[in-house]
Amino acid sequence: MNLRRDVFQAIADPTRRAILLLVASQAMTAGAIAANFDTARPTVSKHLHILTECELLRQEQAGREIYYHLNPKKMKEIADFIEPFRQMWDDRFNKLEAIMKNYQANQ
Amino acid sequence: MEPKTKVHAEAGKQELVITREFDLPLELVFKAHVEPDLVEQWMGTKVLKLEPKKHGSWQFETTDPIGNKHGFNGVFHEFVPNRKITRTFEMESAPFGAQLEFLAFDELSPTTSQLTMHVIYRSVGIRDQVLQLPFAKGINMAHNRLQDTVNKLITNSL
Repeated sequence: MNLRRDVFQAIADPTRRAILLLVASQAMTAGAIAANFDTARPTVSKHLHILTECELLRQEQAGREIYYHLNPKKMKEIADFIEPFRQMWDDRFNKLEAIMKNYQANQ
Repeated sequence: MEPKTKVHAEAGKQELVITREFDLPLELVFKAHVEPDLVEQWMGTKVLKLEPKKHGSWQFETTDPIGNKHGFNGVFHEFVPNRKITRTFEMESAPFGAQLEFLAFDELSPTTSQLTMHVIYRSVGIRDQVLQLPFAKGINMAHNRLQDTVNKLITNSL
């Protein structure tokens, strides 16, 4: 099985990218992750399964709860992980647009 | 819905292209790149210097959430109002060196415009590292939060 290709397939999905970004800031349980999405809980579980299978996430048992952690080593292997970069520019340009609309209105 | 900002980065190339359509007249998008107080607002940085002309230079300084200051600088090679800007960009706190940026401003209609940023890095490796910076930052922030928590635990137990 081509694991590398699987990683790229894993991050091709916007929900899975959003999950990775969420877990990047802190380890979370499946329930806490699902609470951030409108998607049905089983759908989120399926995404978590795929992300865990290709080692982008790893599970850790803490008492009765299972926490999902980001596997930064695996993340580094993805040279084409450009979504956060795109998001950063999108945020900047959205601000530019809002500021200049305001500027235009005040002229 | 199609995203307004697109990043095109082919594997194995030392360049990338960022495109964005604005719901703004061309002149206003260009102005946002010239007026220091406007640049400060949308880039979230302090403008120390901005000489909008050929051979002019620029210098920005940003402060991160932890209070560290980061410097950015470069020079303008071309500055054609409402058409294009060619400049270098260097992050002072990173080992990447200068990158070359070609900014093209195009009018789509009297009220809409497009910005195309063609960015060239010294190597494929450097481009890929820069692309991953925002993600790496997310991971670092998680580490910082962890460090804060650990510090608090230590302080409380003393």
